[in-house]
Amino acid sequence: MMPDQLLYALEVTLNGLMAGVMYSLVALGFVLIFKASGIFNYAQGVLALFAALTLVGLQNGQIPFAHLINAALGTNLHHFGWKLPALVAIALTALVMVGLAILIEKLVLKHLVNQAPIILFMATIGLAYFLEGLGDVMWGADIKKLDVGLPQGISETVESVTDAWLGYGFFIDRLDIVATFVAILLVTALTLFSQYSKQGRALRAVADDHQAALSVGISLRFIWVLVWSIAGFVALVAGIMWGAKSGVQFSLSLIALKALPVLMLGGFTSIPGAIVGGLIIGVGEKLFEFFAGPMIGGATENWFAYVLALLFLVFRPQGLFGEKIIERV
Amino acid sequence: MNAPSEGYITPDGRKIGGVLMEMKNITLRFGGVVAIKDISFDIREGEIRAIIGPNGAGKSSMLNVISGFYIPTEGEVWFKGRKRGPMKPYEVARLGIARTFQNIALFDGMSVLDNILTGRLTLMKSGLLSQAFWYGAAAKEEDEHREKVEKIIDFLEIQNIRKTPVGRLPYGLKKRVELARALAAEPRILLLDEPMAGMNVEEKEDMCRFILDVNDEFGTTIALIEHDMGVVMDLSDRVVVMDYGRKIGDGTPDEVRNNQDVIDAYLGVAHG
Ligand SMILES: Nc1ncnc2c1ncn2[C@@H]1O[C@H](COP(=O)(O)OP(=O)(O)OP(=O)(O)O)[C@@H](O)[C@H]1O
Ligand SMILES: [Mg+2]
Repeated sequence: MMPDQLLYALEVTLNGLMAGVMYSLVALGFVLIFKASGIFNYAQGVLALFAALTLVGLQNGQIPFAHLINAALGTNLHHFGWKLPALVAIALTALVMVGLAILIEKLVLKHLVNQAPIILFMATIGLAYFLEGLGDVMWGADIKKLDVGLPQGISETVESVTDAWLGYGFFIDRLDIVATFVAILLVTALTLFSQYSKQGRALRAVADDHQAALSVGISLRFIWVLVWSIAGFVALVAGIMWGAKSGVQFSLSLIALKALPVLMLGGFTSIPGAIVGGLIIGVGEKLFEFFAGPMIGGATENWFAYVLALLFLVFRPQGLFGEKIIERV
Repeated sequence: MNAPSEGYITPDGRKIGGVLMEMKNITLRFGGVVAIKDISFDIREGEIRAIIGPNGAGKSSMLNVISGFYIPTEGEVWFKGRKRGPMKPYEVARLGIARTFQNIALFDGMSVLDNILTGRLTLMKSGLLSQAFWYGAAAKEEDEHREKVEKIIDFLEIQNIRKTPVGRLPYGLKKRVELARALAAEPRILLLDEPMAGMNVEEKEDMCRFILDVNDEFGTTIALIEHDMGVVMDLSDRVVVMDYGRKIGDGTPDEVRNNQDVIDAYLGVAHG
């Protein structure tokens, strides 16, 4: 291979890693809920969409349910007329996600205790459609621009530094670099929380054995709320990153579809698995497109992740880091 | 035997206090099955109280009622002189009632140390925010909890497996770790569901010694279920005997041993 091509492949790999970080973020939300409650949360993608919509709405001072109010009362409301600073809007959205977690626990989960996993899964499908509709009704269905002041565009620093060192300037999106740092920060915080805090310890206990957790005084309902709040917060972070990249619109909820192969790869119960799985899929996707795409007509990114995940399923059904599933007989 | 309300002195000279917990006319039904039928008894401060009976007699069900895992169909549970409303298991645990399970319920993925630390969750004060902002105080509290846990580890002689993931331990040691976790909560009442089941003779002797020591050193009130008659007679101050969901005997080991209903129930049923 020509050195130039090698460098280009390296650049593609780096870009793949950055894209993978996004996948990891979404997969992380899934893993958190699955570990603690055994629920496969179909609504995780919509949670990210809902968070992003709420963030944009709050930031721009949009009046929630404006369309509904206007239709009912014949008024013509749109905005409060203020703009909130990005950080304030993010904090408020995080609170909204906590409120949402409390509502989900009270209205849905509480009534489905001890139901089969498939029932809970169905409930999250319902939840996904409901949240999608709620997001539309609250904030409108138009495509929105999300701008919380994250840097955009190709990083000139990376380009000039790599150019000086390697004689080849890498094109790396600034937003991707930020996303990587945010993801590292988030995972570190989550790890510290789960290892060293009282609530984190309770969370791990519940993930391990419900009965035992109850017997040491842990309220399962509190843990559900906690874990859905954290998943909501992770969804918010994912929503901000994806929204900043490609706008806030329905398709944002489809990022969940990318998380599925990540989970199959990394295992449904492993946080490191979600991260490594996301990175593998991100890199694999980009490299495959780079090497094989031109030969087989391109657009491989749509399906490559699934094929990779299926291959994994055949050889290692529990995923890279997942616990081995042994049926008791 | 009807113990006087202010307490009594055991033959070996231990002082037993007043009533700590009282079950009043407890009935528990599962559909058509009557697991517990109109049973009343009390547990006294500092006492080792045994519940015995053939398989399926309803012993575990009774323990589950005490610990809040089952809500009785009828009857009342009184604790520290007050009637307890319907409570969730975690609420009961927070009252200072710790338990072990017949089938062992441990956190298999965690180390022995972490399992026992989890037993102290109800005693941990620091909330989420204070942990984030007053790191020093939280760290100090954590140290205190770890110290207490180390004492229990020494007490139960499991120093050499402190760091081992519980899932890898043999059965007998798991039972001991479960006891350690329950003890870590510094409970007012300790409920043990067949703490010696499935153990070899040596392990049984160890467990007996631990139970007696816990009661002796910490003054912990203990209610335990046990199949092995010999063990029960050695350990307990008073015994409730159940059969087919009914109470057929209640008294000191000697009284119970000579009770004709009890003898019949035990002779009529094969035991494993
Ligand atoms: N959750 C439940 N649902 C339905 N029936 C139950 C339940 N728990 C217990 N039972 C029934 O209640 C009766 C008493 O069971 P329990 O487990 O309390 O007996 P036990 O005295 O502990 O027996 P063993 O010595 O075998 O442990 C049994 O008939 C059992 O099938
Ligand atoms: Mg039993």
